[in-house]
Amino acid sequence: MRRVYLDNNATTPVAPAVFEAMKPYFLEDFGNASSIHWYGQRAKAAIEWGRERIARLLNARPNEIVFTSGGTESDNAALFGMVEASRSEKKHLITTTIEHHAVLHTAKALEKRGVRVTYVPVGPSGVVDPAAVEKAIGPDTVLISVMHANNELGTIQPLEEIGRIAREHDIYFHTDAVQSVGKIPVDVEGLGVDLLSLSAHKLHGPKGAGALYIRRGTVLRPLLYGGHHERDRRPGTENVSGIVGLGKAAELAGEHLAEEIERVGALRDRLEDGILASVPLAAVVGDKSRRLPTTTNISFDYIEGEGFVIAMDLRGVACSTGAACSSGSLEPSHVLTAIGRSREQARSSIRFSLGHFNTPQDIDDTLEVLPRVVEQLRSLSPHYKKDAVSAQPAGANVKALAER
Amino acid sequence: MTIAVAMSGGVDSSVAAALLAENNPSAGSNGPPAVIGMTMQLWNQRRLPLLLGAEEGESGRASGRCCSLDDVYDARAVAGFLGLPYYVVNFEDDFEQGVVRPFVESYLAGETPIPCSLCNTEIKFARFIETARQVGADTVATGHYARVRKDPDSGRYRLFAGRDPSKDQSYFLFGLTQEQLARTLFPLGEFTKEIVRGMARAKNLPVAEKPDSQEICFVPTGNYRQFIDAYLNEQGKTLEDTGGQLVTTDGRVLGRHAGLGNYTVGQRKGLGIATGTPLYVIGLDTIRNRVVVGSNQELLKGRLLVREINWIRPVRAGESFEASVKIRNKHLPAAARVEARADGEAFVEFASPQRAITPGQAAVFYDGDEVVAGGWISSVLD
Repeated sequence: MRRVYLDNNATTPVAPAVFEAMKPYFLEDFGNASSIHWYGQRAKAAIEWGRERIARLLNARPNEIVFTSGGTESDNAALFGMVEASRSEKKHLITTTIEHHAVLHTAKALEKRGVRVTYVPVGPSGVVDPAAVEKAIGPDTVLISVMHANNELGTIQPLEEIGRIAREHDIYFHTDAVQSVGKIPVDVEGLGVDLLSLSAHKLHGPKGAGALYIRRGTVLRPLLYGGHHERDRRPGTENVSGIVGLGKAAELAGEHLAEEIERVGALRDRLEDGILASVPLAAVVGDKSRRLPTTTNISFDYIEGEGFVIAMDLRGVACSTGAACSSGSLEPSHVLTAIGRSREQARSSIRFSLGHFNTPQDIDDTLEVLPRVVEQLRSLSPHYKKDAVSAQPAGANVKALAER
Repeated sequence: MTIAVAMSGGVDSSVAAALLAENNPSAGSNGPPAVIGMTMQLWNQRRLPLLLGAEEGESGRASGRCCSLDDVYDARAVAGFLGLPYYVVNFEDDFEQGVVRPFVESYLAGETPIPCSLCNTEIKFARFIETARQVGADTVATGHYARVRKDPDSGRYRLFAGRDPSKDQSYFLFGLTQEQLARTLFPLGEFTKEIVRGMARAKNLPVAEKPDSQEICFVPTGNYRQFIDAYLNEQGKTLEDTGGQLVTTDGRVLGRHAGLGNYTVGQRKGLGIATGTPLYVIGLDTIRNRVVVGSNQELLKGRLLVREINWIRPVRAGESFEASVKIRNKHLPAAARVEARADGEAFVEFASPQRAITPGQAAVFYDGDEVVAGGWISSVLD
């Protein structure tokens, strides 16, 4: 059975060139970057090489990049670090309801420590309204944290405008850019962010490596205590191979960004159009005009997303619904319920996310099995009224969905 | 053809999965796998953290019990060991609607409910079969100790007790429809628990030494009352379970009771009354909010009404037959005459009175080791 991987927002395969770049740092150049000797110097040089590659991709300075274990640590470090560094008596954090759990659960933890948190609601478009963020600002606001691209919908948030607002009110601005870095242009100056989280494994780098961009002059309390690594901003012996992998992945992404947006975007559109043309009662969720070129989220009426994902997997196609919880079972996505979809609707939404290694053949294979899987699930759904659906022309599905 | 095995993470369903995997190899085929493992996520143990002795927000765990993360971990480990594709499916909403709520309501109505039978008919053999078919598996299998045979003459499916009388679980399976029986395999039906445990060891299954679970899966402490209090509290309600009179069978008031929810038929301890002869709960009078007590002799009753009967072997209303009737899981089936009535009811008269026949429990009618039918005990007659 030929397998197709359409879950690149969960993680991506490491690019062969990235793997090659990492290899020497396991067996030969294994040194500790803090050591004085030749081995240490080799490791140190590799880390700085990686730092430069990341800085270049983000239009940042190398000394503004701190390496971490990944997106979750970067988000935790940014939120805890900024709030705890603030000397004001009362502290207020602004974020949104569609953030990743790495931000949302960190915000919840801060609330328990007495921090006031505003979760700005987001409408059906899946795009945050900058005016709503501005309205939430109070005299005690210490940080605004708004993600760049949403992991489930792919919707891109208006960071430039929010960045401008943050600057006008003299408030620090963090973004979780885990899903956007390497997929669309990310320029810390253009976006006006002070802190930015990213993760290597979302852009064909290795797992366990990430970075936090910290604008020069921004002081935050470290999350961990230990040695003087990363200019006292993040202790722990550096993950040299991971940093090199991240650097190489950033370099590759930067080199091919424009052509990949074009190529992968075309594959995504082909998939999306093919699904909408062949499956009745299916509709795209979220604003189509402001999206990552890699992602589409489609809701299929009368479909239990969980069963869909399993049925597709048994036929060789990997996609996803909602966010996987610790047991591996699926809860209705908090992002989809936050933008006003019911639990039922949230459960019927499927995310297809593409990456550098997807081919037209992948799309054709998917389009071959998908309509049959949908039909199989619907035919066994107690709620599905086949007669009502077969009377619908394929194009009427959006209207039918809206009327439900 | 794909078989979906329901894997709980326990020894029984793990051995069932292992037997199926051995007999249905997928290797070499290009299509979907022959056997897949699935775990039903039925109840979130973190919902009522106080029951687990954990503070809110802490990751309290009830280890070794259904639906805990540990069980999912075990099931996944066994599936990995056997090389089976494995999935967790979330039926929490259906389980709450179809099992937990009826359980609580039945309890509040003065019954002693038995959620496992309800879970089998509503979830395991309804929702699970539906999901299995949706993903392309036309047959399901579980680790229950029971047997299904197709009658070659009538074409109907017949249900039998498991070969091991000490582990037989057919009592919990009386609600299965013909459609469900047709799609179900019980690979352990011919084995004793000892043999199953031995197979788990011989096959080196990661759960070979795991102890058997005992309590109702979503009541980790085994204390129903505590669960119901916590559940109602979560819903913003409180148990309106007020004290009332504690009376003898001839109407003599002996004292007060602490709320009907604290008592179950046959109970002896905790009545708070000192008398010369031991007293037992004979019945719960929900209309007058009374607990009726009496001697052990008065617990013995011979006649009962059963409702919502599922006839696995068809019997026409008005017909009577001799059967062995089982009135709770640990009850030794006793000889009785069963009279089928209209509207899915039956009247049962035991040859000799039985102790503590309890409304809310299931009554299952056997012909030898074959399950003829079963239903819920609605009332006990003098």
